[in-house]
Amino acid sequence: MATYLEFIQQNEERDGVRFSWNVWPSSRLEATRMVVPLACLLTPLKERLDLPPVQYEPVLCSRPTCKAVLNPLCQVDYRAKLWACNFCFQRNQFPPAYAGISEVNQPAELMPQFSTIEYIVQRGPQTPLVFLYIVDTCLEEEDLQALKESLQMSLSLLPPDALVGLITFGRMVQVHELSCEGISKSYVFRGTKDLTAKQIQDMLGLSRPAVPMQQGRPLQTPEQPVISSRFLQPVHKIDMNLTDLLGELQRDPWPVTQGKRPLRSTGVALSIAVGLLEGTFPNTGARIMLFTGGPPTQGPGMVVGDELKTPIRSWHDIEKDNARFMKKATKHYETLANRSATNGHCIDIYACALDQTGLLEMKCCANLTGGHMVMGDSFNTSLFKQTFQRVFSKGYNGEFRMAFGAHLDVKTSRELKIAGAIGPCISLNAKGPCVSENELGVGGTSQWKICSLDPSTTLAIYFEVVNQHNAPIPQGGRGAVQFVTQYQHSSTQRRIRVTTIARNWADAQTQLQHIEAAFDQEAAAVLMARLGVYRAESEEGPDVLRWLDRQLIRLCQKFGQYNKDDPNSFRLSESFSLYPQFIFHLRRSPFLQVFNNSPDESSYYRHHFARQDLTQSLIMIQPILYAYSFHGPPEPVLLDSSSILPDRILLMDTFFQIVIYLGETIAQWQKAGYQDMPEYENFKHLLQAPLDDAQEILQTRFPMPRYVHTEHGGSQARFLLSKVNPSQTHNNLYAWGQESGAPILTDDVSLQVFMDHLKKLAVSSAS
Amino acid sequence: MSVNQQAHTGPPYGQPQPGYQGYQQPAYGQSLPGAPQAQYGAYNGPMPGYQQPAPPQGYFPSLGFPSKGSPVSLNSDTSSLAPNFIGSLRAPPTSGAPPPASGASHPSGPLAYNQFEHGDVQNGIPASAAPVQRPPASQPFLPGSAPTPVSQISTFQQYGPPPASVQQLRNHMAGMTIGSTAASAPPPAGLGYGVGPSSYPPTTGAPRPPAMPGPPLPGQTVAGPPSSQPNHVSSPPPPSTMAGLHPGPPMSGLHGPPPPTHPPQPGYPMQQNGSFGQIRGPQPNYGGAYPGAPNYGSPPGPPPPPKRLDPDSIPSPQLNELPPQQKPRHRIDPDAIPSPIQVIEDDRNNRGSEPFVTGVRGQVPPLVTTNFLVKDQGNASPRYIRCTSYNIPCTSDMAKQSQVPLAAVIKPLATLPPEETLPYLVDHGESGPVRCNRCKAYMCPFMQFIEGGRRFQCCFCSCVTEVPPHYFQHLDHTGKRVDFYDRPELSLGSYEFLATVDYCKNNKFPSPPAFIFMIDVSYNAVKSGLVRLICEELKSLLDYLPREGNMEESAIRVGFVTYNKVLHFYNVKSSLAQPQMMVVSDVADMFVPLLDGFLVNVNESRTVIASLLDQIPEMFADTRETETVFAPVIQAGLEALKAAECAGKLFIFHTSLPIAEAPGKLKNRDDRKLINTDKEKTLFQPQTSFYNNLAKDCVAQGCCVDLFLFPNQYLDVATLGVVPYQTGGSIFKYAYFQLETDQYRFLNDLRRDVQKDVGFDAVMRVRTSTGIRATDFFGAFYMSNTTDVEMAGLDCDKTITVEFKHDDKLSEDSGALLQCALLYTSCAGQRRLRIHNLSLNCCTQLADLYRNCETDTLINYLAKYAYRGVLSSPVKTVRDALINQCAQILACYRKNCASPSSAGQLILPECMKLLPVYLNCVLKSDVLQPGPEVTTDDRAYIRQLVTSMDVAETNVFFYPRLLPLTKADVDSDSLPAAIRNSEERLSKGDIYLLENGLNIFVWVGVSVQQSLIQNLFGVSSFSQISNALSTLPVLENPFSKKVRSIVDMLQGQRSRYMKLIVVKQEDKLEMLFKHFLVEDKSLTGGASYVDFLCHMHKEIRQLLS
Repeated sequence: MATYLEFIQQNEERDGVRFSWNVWPSSRLEATRMVVPLACLLTPLKERLDLPPVQYEPVLCSRPTCKAVLNPLCQVDYRAKLWACNFCFQRNQFPPAYAGISEVNQPAELMPQFSTIEYIVQRGPQTPLVFLYIVDTCLEEEDLQALKESLQMSLSLLPPDALVGLITFGRMVQVHELSCEGISKSYVFRGTKDLTAKQIQDMLGLSRPAVPMQQGRPLQTPEQPVISSRFLQPVHKIDMNLTDLLGELQRDPWPVTQGKRPLRSTGVALSIAVGLLEGTFPNTGARIMLFTGGPPTQGPGMVVGDELKTPIRSWHDIEKDNARFMKKATKHYETLANRSATNGHCIDIYACALDQTGLLEMKCCANLTGGHMVMGDSFNTSLFKQTFQRVFSKGYNGEFRMAFGAHLDVKTSRELKIAGAIGPCISLNAKGPCVSENELGVGGTSQWKICSLDPSTTLAIYFEVVNQHNAPIPQGGRGAVQFVTQYQHSSTQRRIRVTTIARNWADAQTQLQHIEAAFDQEAAAVLMARLGVYRAESEEGPDVLRWLDRQLIRLCQKFGQYNKDDPNSFRLSESFSLYPQFIFHLRRSPFLQVFNNSPDESSYYRHHFARQDLTQSLIMIQPILYAYSFHGPPEPVLLDSSSILPDRILLMDTFFQIVIYLGETIAQWQKAGYQDMPEYENFKHLLQAPLDDAQEILQTRFPMPRYVHTEHGGSQARFLLSKVNPSQTHNNLYAWGQESGAPILTDDVSLQVFMDHLKKLAVSSAS
Repeated sequence: MSVNQQAHTGPPYGQPQPGYQGYQQPAYGQSLPGAPQAQYGAYNGPMPGYQQPAPPQGYFPSLGFPSKGSPVSLNSDTSSLAPNFIGSLRAPPTSGAPPPASGASHPSGPLAYNQFEHGDVQNGIPASAAPVQRPPASQPFLPGSAPTPVSQISTFQQYGPPPASVQQLRNHMAGMTIGSTAASAPPPAGLGYGVGPSSYPPTTGAPRPPAMPGPPLPGQTVAGPPSSQPNHVSSPPPPSTMAGLHPGPPMSGLHGPPPPTHPPQPGYPMQQNGSFGQIRGPQPNYGGAYPGAPNYGSPPGPPPPPKRLDPDSIPSPQLNELPPQQKPRHRIDPDAIPSPIQVIEDDRNNRGSEPFVTGVRGQVPPLVTTNFLVKDQGNASPRYIRCTSYNIPCTSDMAKQSQVPLAAVIKPLATLPPEETLPYLVDHGESGPVRCNRCKAYMCPFMQFIEGGRRFQCCFCSCVTEVPPHYFQHLDHTGKRVDFYDRPELSLGSYEFLATVDYCKNNKFPSPPAFIFMIDVSYNAVKSGLVRLICEELKSLLDYLPREGNMEESAIRVGFVTYNKVLHFYNVKSSLAQPQMMVVSDVADMFVPLLDGFLVNVNESRTVIASLLDQIPEMFADTRETETVFAPVIQAGLEALKAAECAGKLFIFHTSLPIAEAPGKLKNRDDRKLINTDKEKTLFQPQTSFYNNLAKDCVAQGCCVDLFLFPNQYLDVATLGVVPYQTGGSIFKYAYFQLETDQYRFLNDLRRDVQKDVGFDAVMRVRTSTGIRATDFFGAFYMSNTTDVEMAGLDCDKTITVEFKHDDKLSEDSGALLQCALLYTSCAGQRRLRIHNLSLNCCTQLADLYRNCETDTLINYLAKYAYRGVLSSPVKTVRDALINQCAQILACYRKNCASPSSAGQLILPECMKLLPVYLNCVLKSDVLQPGPEVTTDDRAYIRQLVTSMDVAETNVFFYPRLLPLTKADVDSDSLPAAIRNSEERLSKGDIYLLENGLNIFVWVGVSVQQSLIQNLFGVSSFSQISNALSTLPVLENPFSKKVRSIVDMLQGQRSRYMKLIVVKQEDKLEMLFKHFLVEDKSLTGGASYVDFLCHMHKEIRQLLS
């Protein structure tokens, strides 16, 4: 099995792809019996230090419906200078430039190690990136000040030729003109009125005489820069101007009477931003960055009224159908998100407030466009400040870790069809022969648009095996999938990354053990989780859980070894052994449980879950727990209440939080100040170790996790206690004795109970 | 009051004299009926003053009820006489008539005046010469009349005798001559008259009553008290006769010029007889008695006849043929027809010297052209209210018969000369002003306190209301409250109440108002330099915002907006280093982008504002935007005021037709082909109802809009003006604005407009005595119901004309009362009620009506009525209706008040003798008869302008003032005597000035002395005078100084700065100038005065037959 693990890891490193099954069942019927669908996690821009892009265009299959890219799997007739497409079997002539190829003189794309290859293409003009700030001015003075500073700081992080714009909003929405001298000038819009893109462009004076322009080509007419320049200016030009402007930004001047929320026109502000970019830079990489300090309270997209006595909707309200603005607001933001996505612009949401800010309604803006969603308590926290700074972080080669306007095109060999994708993408509605009728996630297409992505952005792509049972695939046959990702690199180059992978087919009836062995339980857990979360967005929580449970039980039934009706006989092979545990934690995770979470928080968690790569996703599902003690080097320990011991320091990483927990004894020592005594320097080091490790995580993680430092009995210890498996609770405390761990006050079932039930159900002949 | 009075009067009628006597006497003394009397008493108070001057007791009697009756009748007679004939009428006669009046007055002193109403005076006045003769004439009259007539008969008086006055003479004359078309006419007429009279007395027998009742002017009666007794007897008659006579004599006298005067005189007897049988009676007596009379009679006699003959034109009308234009010209001596100049002069001479004391009911005030002081003694000053008639028919039948519109022209916030005191501010405490329980009329001098002062009876609806405890006061023996003189609301005609919170919107005291300046910055505005000019001016002008009383600084806040296709708001908060501009391009759904910092205190934000005003011209210097919006601009201002929760005023400076895509977008629909078609009215109507709705919203918020227009082409004033018009704002229009020539005018208008007194968020209601009711309103306002006139803003120049109709009978005793209450917010944000009260007489005799009319006011009403008519009817229909109504008025007079005479005679009431000439001016005005050079916008502009004009403005607007500058006395302050608006009166060796309230023309004759040209224009010859002058050069010589001081003085008198145009004779601009010579035939087909008079005569005769 080690070989499979290695294989999987290798593949991931090379191609950024993890399949749930690495040997594919060869017929539709068998595939459905596998329970976990054939699917993969794809990280299209996975950082590859060893992958220098090639400077030419890819060679495409000439069949119009195929257009697959020449790849190492293709059969090549070097003499005839022909190649056969491995997807549609079309025979293609090599282009003239390839006249000199031979077995020994192969282009890169034919070499097996280049199953993933990146092309740089010179197509169209290079347009600078656009960053449009939308700033809420209904903030507390300190918050606004902090935000202003962050924004000013960010100017220095932008690529110098990037265009920036500023929109502020409160009761009104102001689009600031950046090129003016003397009087500062802004265009003001009413915060209560939705405007069409055309209206917005007219009102901003952006409409120009109807010059026919090619699609996808930002206009090059000479006056074009002039027109848009009023609102979007190269950073290097108006750096000072904008810094001053931001500095003078005042809180929204409209009076807020007691008992009212400030009137916040987030919906209109966003609409104007979308309209502005739509009119000026369609199909160009652009980030709309929304900074908001509270819920939209008026106009289209309002989430809650301005009466403070009416609280913002909770899950309870939503279940009771009591959230009167939710549907309308969601619709508004969805429309915007779709428009924005269509134009290739992404929307980031930075929401910092103690109460909810309407992320539930606005989530699609970030979800559909690949934008970031950041949630914090205040702009005046390092959580926000550093997260924001990290948006502009640079990769190993000094390039921004962001890319724009990606098209992902998936091609499959004919035994496979594409069921759908889940991730920060929208469908491009490209119907084709390889599109399945059954949808999983965003389906019905073989192409998706990802407006913004970074090296960790990961999509789940689901397939369907369509080969009929009675038309077996010849032994040793391989199925192939090709991912073609075209995108705008942060350097504004257009690039195409092509990943072609192939897996063996196996007959499930005869070769089940191969299939079983090639099961990637981590990928499967994440893929199933994505499906679950995707469903949870639209279905009632209990239904999703039930579905998950049923899938799990069926999987156990299929792959477990047991005697009927004898739970104790139940065994799972190694390649499945962790899977139930993942599902157990998934069931308890905030992605599926809304209890104790606000709708905004749920949306926030789900947002990140739907885009992180496998490792991060797994952390989210099952947080990592490290223990630090004098008994040995730091070690990962079970995420279980039994791991909570008095003489341990625990470091938990849930992706969203980093919790450092001092055991009871440790906490007492610390209080006693031993760490300051030279003779107890080792204690000092012990205290320091988790901090350093945490720092490491903090430094790379995006968004910046909430950093919690607590101790036994501390109120913040709840972050830890809510995550660990409640193996010891007040219910079974005495049964488990005192010697280890800490009891959790909860009625949740523990993993042990869960497993017992699972076994019982799996072996039951009734189900 | 009224109630009581009526009760009383009832009986009096039956037996007039006794009744009256009893009435008055008791009243004064201590009549129980007291209540009413008491009031009278009050009146008397003031009256006495008047009376005192009046020496003759005889008058008093007349003054007494009876006296009134009599005087009135006399007056009426006179007036009726005065009226006169058309073509034939010699000017002299007319003029002659006046003098008598004046003369009479002189002798009798004030009494005469009081008694005789303006009508008389006017009549008298006409004769310029009068003064000389007057004294004698009058003297004799008085004495003579007093004694003799009295004894003789009251009846007589009423009838004709009195009327015989000058005018009659003239009339007669005219009639004579005219009628004479056939030479013989005169005699017969005379005879007829003679006969008539005799017959009359008997027939009318009753007459005396009319006379009696009519007169019962409170004032007079009051005055009369002592004399009242005598009055009863017969005194009344005498006065009347007196009056009548007066006119007569003066006529002659006045006319100084022998010829004219002569005619009248002879006419006199004749005429009197003719027109009024009654007159006859007296006259004979008089004739003997008066020494002067003979003179009069004889001299005038001869001349007139000849002239009359000329008026053949008149006869022609009889033939139903219109006189050929030339003929009339030739035949009718222009000097012979009633002259506005003469009338104005006479009134000025007769009434300019004495203050006009308002204590007396139904007094006709001096003409608007006369400078006089007003003393408020219980009735509102004529500066606030003027009526078409001060004697209202008691019944609607009468009113209908006469066709004389009953209207009041009200200027609630009129500016008073410094010598007169502003209305006092009364505070009735927390419970607010004391009001009648039923009709909600406000406490006023006519309220009758009863039951020892515990209750008061409403003078409008007779409802009895408890006096609130805090307002209680004991009554004195006359039934007057002891604190009568301490309380303006009990002793004055005009005063103000401090309003309580109940009178405020939303039950909140208002915030101080705001001014928002909204400047068009489209290409045209910037290019013409307008934007820069406005910004420069505003910098200094902002220091002169209206202040209340003696407040240190104005409470008014200011805001700024510029606009073209989009709007730019400015944040000028004092804490900013630089103003901030906020562009609102969502013109479809206007809103205000900021609250704090938009409306600011000028002093606090001075530097930011200055910086803004400096930068605006720069910012838009390179604009290429030519399109503008308009409605959103108003909406923006409206929203700003709403947001600030205050009333205010928008000053919009606009240049072009708003064709940019926005609500209220307009299209160019100017189409001159529509003129004279049934669709012509559409030119005056707004294109869309959008602006009406907007105006409604503005009014609701108290958002007044003043519009300054600088068009280079059609911009649809009719539509753009809707909002300013309905919100009580003003429109100023500067066509083809040129910085060099027009800036001074514009800046003056702007300064005045910004600085002038203005009230906001105003509601006006006019309450009247039971019997009449305000039914129709004209002016710049909005009405959401039938009674309340709402104005977002009301400034000191805005006038509202109110028409009254009968809904019941009025009583002569109680007269008719008007109370105009205006609720408004002052410029400091104080909520106030301004009350104006006016008491009018009522009459049962048409003659009384005709004797107490005011033609200027009538024209004001008719013009407004007609100008509104063009919105719904073809212009021709409107013109015909006007002519028809006036013909009916005059025909009714002729039929009912004038003595029988030949049909060929045109007889005009003295008070209305200028009606034809003025009416002709209205008919010829640009709105009703546009010439080719008059644009559609001009017409719409003028139409709206006239609608809020007061009487003085309409007077000079329709009949411009023409002054011979070269005749000016450089050493005195006075203006040269005006001359009539006719080209034939211009001498090519002179320089003239013509003003109509909008323009000043300086006309230079071709052969003016070179030295004069040098002195005035600083150039050496006629040909070097530039047409482009917009001001006269400042030269250091007496003539230049004098002329400039005249111009300055005229400018000072008008609410708008007039455009000065220099016209050289025989230059092309002269066409424009000639347009204003309204007595001439106009190029556009307007009739000359003479022609029109003939036409009217024809119309009248048709009606009579």
